[in-house]
Amino acid sequence: MSILDRLRSLIGDSIADSLIKPSDDLWVRVKPEAWRRTAQVLRDEMGFEYFCFLSAMDWMPSPFGKSEDDPTDEAPPRDDTIKQGYAGGDTRFQVLARLYSLKQHVGIILKVDVEDRGAVDSWVPVFAGANWHERETWEMFGISFTGHPDLRKMYLPGDFEGNPLRKDFPLLARIIKPWPGIVDVEPLPGAADDEQEGAVAE
Amino acid sequence: MTATTSGQVISDRQQLAYIASQAADARVNVELETEGMTLNIGPQHPATHGTLRIIARLDGEQVIWAEPSAGYMHRGYEKLTEVRSFPQVTALINRIDWLGSFANEVPFILAAEKLMGIEAPPRAQYIRTILFELSRIANVTLFLGDLGVQLGAITPVFFAFRDREYALNLIEAATGGRFHPNFDRIGGLKDDLPKGWIDEAKATMKKMKQFCDTIEDLLFGNEIFQIRTRGIGVIPKDVAMSYGLSGANARASGIDWDLRRDQTLPMAWDKADWKVITHPAGDSFARCWVRLQETREACSIVEQLVDNIPAGPIMAKVPRIVKVPEGEAWVSTENPLGEMGYYVVSKGDTGPFRVKIRSASFNNISITPWLLKGVFVPDIITILASLYFILGDIDR
Repeated sequence: MSILDRLRSLIGDSIADSLIKPSDDLWVRVKPEAWRRTAQVLRDEMGFEYFCFLSAMDWMPSPFGKSEDDPTDEAPPRDDTIKQGYAGGDTRFQVLARLYSLKQHVGIILKVDVEDRGAVDSWVPVFAGANWHERETWEMFGISFTGHPDLRKMYLPGDFEGNPLRKDFPLLARIIKPWPGIVDVEPLPGAADDEQEGAVAE
Repeated sequence: MTATTSGQVISDRQQLAYIASQAADARVNVELETEGMTLNIGPQHPATHGTLRIIARLDGEQVIWAEPSAGYMHRGYEKLTEVRSFPQVTALINRIDWLGSFANEVPFILAAEKLMGIEAPPRAQYIRTILFELSRIANVTLFLGDLGVQLGAITPVFFAFRDREYALNLIEAATGGRFHPNFDRIGGLKDDLPKGWIDEAKATMKKMKQFCDTIEDLLFGNEIFQIRTRGIGVIPKDVAMSYGLSGANARASGIDWDLRRDQTLPMAWDKADWKVITHPAGDSFARCWVRLQETREACSIVEQLVDNIPAGPIMAKVPRIVKVPEGEAWVSTENPLGEMGYYVVSKGDTGPFRVKIRSASFNNISITPWLLKGVFVPDIITILASLYFILGDIDR
């Protein structure tokens, strides 16, 4: 019985979508209300005891592109359609996590839809290691975790505003100073400038 | 007899007799309560491998609550990767675990190759594996030396810094960079090995094995070392798994798991004969011991592989401007510090849409609030040293 079939038999009604890439990985998207139960079932019934990571995705394309625009020019029009990745989705944000089975040596990537500034259940009661990962996700994306014992900032100073890994958070270092090599601001010596000066002298 | 601050001597024999009778009577616990104290270790502390700050609440000599405070070196690599192209990202991720930097590049490049559906030619796979193991040797060598310093033994670190240079020279000869090779490319490697490198590698591996023997003699047989590490900071197997401990920390808790053996990657680990070292104890000594043995295994992997490097190209056919097809890929490898993985999401552009960096130290250190509870102050340093973290690997 494959892992997905077994998971379907246990929490079948909670699986929103799934994708198997043979000899690669397994993606399962679960419904938000079953997020913690999925972890519980996978750990207790199916031997996925190893907690690998938990993070989130912002599927909105960045309004700043690759931050390579000249700040003096108007930004070019950009495609802003939100398109989710493997196993689909309905929301701009998704929480994703990976569990691993040390017996079968196989991993599973779990996803769950979450609203902007929304919340999903915390995994800390199931996997203690999720604590720091959820703190990081909370500060980087603004997604909160219900039932987390200690949701504090992990890296950023306490009075920092904004969630840096959201796509609408600008990378200021790139905006105040354009990426060298892309925006060539200085003309080459002996190019147009010199000719113009010469013209004036004449 | 107790003296007060005013110099007056109180001789309350009755009270002393009462305390003595209670102490003799095991039912009553005479506790000398001290006021709680907050001890701040770091951010600038030699035991923190960078800038990790640990806030510990003490009751006497005992830690009742401890919490690491990270973020003094957060460089935001996950955000920075979003504005860079795939080949540029390797220059960044070199700096995550700066002691084993080549090993950081490999899983990311493998993830990009997986998305593109290409594989490096066998020669490149071999050289990648050799350089990967060399970065493990360079990394763990420093750990073994540093371990002594943190326990008060100054000698091992001199051996470590001397002998690590041999491994670094080897990496530098092949890649051009001592610490940050930036050598791995999508589809292969930047260059082939230089002439005479293989002989040099064999000689170096002999030296590194001797170094392991030296450290074993100097440290592991030392009585003080054993007293300070055995039974200190015990991590049971199930706790290790729920915190996501990986690498030598997990194997020292009896988890028989090594990603080099337990997954199929286009690398050459399966071409060599080596074994996964585990230890059932789960204490600080076990973690140090496993790392020492792993260095030996790594030397033996390099020795076996350098003799069998197949002939052929070192680059697959890759377009000059790399565009990675749309998709998501997860690749993790067994890095010197543990499982290091990248979750790469591409939208068919020249650069990644998002890269989630799963670094080993982040998980390995997240156990400290649990692990440091109830230990004594000097053991904080022992436990942190044996967990072995690199700050860049926590903060990214």
